[in-house]
This record gives sequence, C-alpha cells and structure tokens, in this order.
Amino acid sequence: MDIFVQLTVAGLSDGAILALAALGFVIVYKASGVINFAQGHFLLIGAYVLFAAIVDWGLHWVLGVLVAVLVAVTLGLVVERLVLRPLVGQPVISVIMVTIGLTYILLGIVLLAWGSTPLALPAFIPSDTVGILGAEVGENRLWAIGLVVVALIGFGLFFQRSRQGIAMRAVADDQQAALAMGISVRRVFALAWILAGVSAVGAGMLLANLTSVSLDLASFGLLVFPVVILGGLDSVLGVVVGGALIGLLRQYSAFYLDRELSEIRIGGIAENGITGTAELVPYVALVLILLVKPYGLFGQHRIERV
Amino acid sequence: MSTITTGVYSRTYRQDFLLRRTWLERARLALVLLAIAVAPFLLSVYWLEVATQIAIAAIGAIGLNILVGFTGQISLGQGGFLAVGAFTAGLTAIHTGLNPLAGVALAGVVGAVVGGFFGLPALRLKGLYLAIATLASQVIITWSIIHLSFLGAAEPLAIVEPATVFGWTVSGTWEWFWVIAAFAAVAAVLATNLFRTGVGRAFVAIRDQDIAAEAVGVNVAGYKILAFALSSAFAGVAGALTAYRDTFLTWESFTFEISILYLAMIIVGGLGSVSGAIYGAAFIIGLQAFLQELGGNLQGSFPSVQENLPAIQQIIFGLTIVLFLIFEPRGLARIWQRSKDYLRLWPFRY
Repeated sequence: MDIFVQLTVAGLSDGAILALAALGFVIVYKASGVINFAQGHFLLIGAYVLFAAIVDWGLHWVLGVLVAVLVAVTLGLVVERLVLRPLVGQPVISVIMVTIGLTYILLGIVLLAWGSTPLALPAFIPSDTVGILGAEVGENRLWAIGLVVVALIGFGLFFQRSRQGIAMRAVADDQQAALAMGISVRRVFALAWILAGVSAVGAGMLLANLTSVSLDLASFGLLVFPVVILGGLDSVLGVVVGGALIGLLRQYSAFYLDRELSEIRIGGIAENGITGTAELVPYVALVLILLVKPYGLFGQHRIERV
Repeated sequence: MSTITTGVYSRTYRQDFLLRRTWLERARLALVLLAIAVAPFLLSVYWLEVATQIAIAAIGAIGLNILVGFTGQISLGQGGFLAVGAFTAGLTAIHTGLNPLAGVALAGVVGAVVGGFFGLPALRLKGLYLAIATLASQVIITWSIIHLSFLGAAEPLAIVEPATVFGWTVSGTWEWFWVIAAFAAVAAVLATNLFRTGVGRAFVAIRDQDIAAEAVGVNVAGYKILAFALSSAFAGVAGALTAYRDTFLTWESFTFEISILYLAMIIVGGLGSVSGAIYGAAFIIGLQAFLQELGGNLQGSFPSVQENLPAIQQIIFGLTIVLFLIFEPRGLARIWQRSKDYLRLWPFRY
C-alpha cells in the first residue's frame, strides 16, 4: 500500500508535468496545425536557463523563474517568426522536419553553453517528505502537482475569459471565419508559440526541480507524444487525462510490471528476465490507441477516408 | 525535366524504355562509374570509409524516399528498420553460417515483413498521426534490442566469421567499397525502374491525391503497406551490409537520431527523387565527416573548437535542415537541375 501511494504520487506528478508540456503542444497544433517536435527541447531550455539564472548569476529563484519565462516568450516568438512562418502552407513533412531541425539547434546551444554533464539545481521548492495514507512522499512532488493545477486553471481562464484567448479559440475553430471577424491570425500563431514556450519552460523548471538539469529532460519531453495521442491531439481535457494516465502507467510498470517480468526466463529470448518496461509501455499504449481509437479519448473526430 | 526539354519524343518502344536518352547523360553515367572504379586509388583510407558509409546510407535513403518522397507516408522509424536488417544478418552469420548474400537477402525480407507490420497503422492514419506511430515503432525496436537477450541485450553483437562469398573473402577498405557501391547501384536502378511500373505510379498517385487514386482503382491500403515493406526492405539490406562490414553491432547505431539523419538526407537531397536520395546521403555523411576532420585539424590551434565540436555539429546539422526547408524545399536535386539549366541557356536567363 505504501509503495502504491508513492508510485501514484510520483506518477501523478510526472503526469502533471507532462500535461503542462503537452498543453503547449496542443495549443500550437490547434492554432496552426503544426506538430512541434521541439517541445521537449523547450523543456530543456527552461531548465538550463533557470539553472543559469539561479546558480551562475546568483539571482533569487523568483527572478530566475521570471528570466526563464522571458526567455520562453522570446524563444516562442523567434521560432514562430523565423522558422515556422516561411513554411505556412508547406506539406506536413516539411513542417515536422523543421521543428526537428530546431531540436538540433537548441540541443547544440545547450551543449555549447552548459556541456553535457548533469547539473544539480538547488532546491527552491521544499523537498521534505510528508506522510499520506501512511506512505512517505516527497513534498516537491505534491508542489509540482499543485503548481501545474494552478497553471492549468490559469490557461483555462485565459482561454475562457480573455480577449486573446477567445480569439485563439476562434482561429482554432475556423481560420477563415476568424479572419473575417478581424482577428489577426498571425498574432494568434505568435501567441500560440509563446504559450507553447512558456508551458514547456514551466514544465522544464518543475522537472529539473524533481530530478536534475540534464539532457535527459529532452527525452522525457518526447513523452508528450503518447500523452497527446492518448488524450486526442486537439483536446485540452485530453492532455490532462492523458498526462495522468501516461505518468501513472510509467511508474506502475517500472515497479509492478518489471517485478513480474524480471522473474520470467524465456530460453534464448530473455534469459535474464525483462526489465525497463517503463520506457516501452507509453509507446505500446500509443500504438494500441492509434489502432483502436485514432483520435484519442477526447480528440475531435474527423471523418476522412484514409 | 529541365526547362528547355518540352517533351520526350520516342519513335520506337526500345527508345521509350531507355533510362538515359542523350549522349550527355550516358557520358555522365560513365564518368560516375569510372569515379567509383578508381576512387579507392585516389582517396585516403579515411575518405574511402566515408564513401562506403555514403553508399550504405544511399541505399537506406533511397528506401526512405520511396516511402516518404514518392508515397507521401511520413516515417520516423528508418533507424529501427536498419536495425532489423543488421541484427537479422548478424544473427544468421553467428548462428547459421549462411552465405552472406543469403544473409543480406534474408535481412531484406525480414525488414520488409517488420516494416509492413509497423506500416499497418497507415491503414487508418494519415500524416501527423502516422508520423507519431512510426516514432513508436522506432522506440519499440530499439527497446527490444536493448532488453531482449538474444539480440545482444545492451552488449554488442560480434560477427566473428569474415564475409565470404563463393570462396572470396571480402576484406580491406577498397573491396568493401566496391561491393557496397555495387549494392547501392543496384538499389538505385531498382528504385528508378520501380517508378516506371504500375506499382510506382500507384505510389505517386497515393501521394498526390489518395481519394482520386482509389477512384481510379488503386488499392490504397495495399499499396501503402507495400510502400512500407519496400522501404524497410531497402533499409534491411543497408543494415545487413553495415553488419557484415563492421562485424560489430550495437543498438546505438540505430537510434531515433539515425532515423532523423535519414529523413534529413532525403529532405536535403530532394523528396521524390532517387538521385536526390543519393546526393542527400553524400551531403549529410560527407558534411559530418568533413566537420570531424576539420575539428581534428583545428585541435592544435583552437582547442576550444575541438572541445565544442559535438555542439557545433548539432547546430550545423539543425541549421542545414531548417535552411534547406525554408530556402530550397525541393533539395539538392532541384539545385542541380537549375544549375544545369543555367549552364545550358547561358548567357540567357530563359
């Protein structure tokens, strides 16, 4: 029971961070139909900039977070203006590849500036353990869940109440009609990328706080794909549910599935048992969902012949 | 087609079947063949290794271009299919001692089967969704290699037996270069001819407009699977050649980055062009080798460059992809075509 609670909290906090990262992904996809492979590397940038601000420049962590958000806004704007805008109307493959190209540039910049050794971020969120249902769980994980919930409510209010948020929903719904209503689609695209940058950088900061600042953050970022496919590529609710599901699946399979499978001996195929299923399970879930329910749990069904 | 060719006029069926029509094209082909034949005598061992890698990559890139460039199905899993071929060949070499040629053929067949299987999502999915499904296939294949013990499970697989075909043991850099260049040439001819047959035309029809293709009687589902299978068969052969040449197999040579590398090759070279795939392979592999060599040369005078070489390589690679997509989305094949036109029409613009 103790372990179950611990795994659940760990899974939910991972899932919350994934949901935040995936939210930016979904915003960009809904607004402009672009699949952003660089979302994981935005995460990376967030974590490293926060590290630089706090450790290298000795800023207070509040200022550090502000600097990171500012960098995220700039990054989103620059990427949209210089890289994505020239490719409006190009085939899907070009748009996907350009964001992949971007990942290499971002990775190179991080390598140039900070090298490849993992760095430890000084804890700015309390990391004591607290007891829940008799299990000891890290306080920072609970904080991560709480902060993500606050951030998601913030995003929700933005989309429901603010002028810009409603404009973004209008563009996502029908670009032509939005243009006719006098909404600047260009500004909406730019805003979508800014929000993508901010959400990813936020996720990166939270994740760096739980683990360490390293290049592995980018591969964690790749997990946004199972999340968004599970939830539905264009659904904000799906991001939350998908994030939680993938986070929990990973933690449970890392413990329970590995425990079962590591005992299994299949002569010639798996002589020492099978471990490391946590890496595999999200993608198997992805394939299954794609085969059974291609538009995810909450995605909009499009009727098209394939 | 270039600008001044207004059409292809054939008077006989024999003429219509020709791949090369003008004496200039034939002369160029002869030059290329001559270059391949004499390359081992002119190039240093390092650059000969690079040329061999280019030839292997060209096979994989041609295969990927069949799928992405001609059929319009995005695949982020070519690295995985290379691994399937490589490990198939590796395991046959270790456990059965089969003729390497049979090993290569087997790798192609197994690659095709696995590729066809992972192509199944293409029956229900298009574009973006399909790209993500192929990403999953890449992760699943890599995971299997790391975690299943018969595939080596994290430890490299070593082929002890040297590749021997009919009593001739392929050894030495230059022998391998010729063997692999021959395979690449066969792959290029096969792919070029593929697009002169009904199957190839069906692929292109699916890319251009799948609903229209179905309306004129193309079995869209079947041909999509076939495209995946064919593409992975090429990847399987390329992987098998890597296996026999390197005699040493680890999952690290077949990661997601390798899949991206192959996509970059066909984008830089030119989507939907067999020669483009070859140019792209040469450009990307050559660029990497060049940067490596440059870094080595600068080691003495600029130690910081050597230190940051991996980072600089990443940035240059990323920039290459981004800049090509923004400024010349049709790749080197198009640039080559344009410069030919420019020369032919010079001093006039058109």
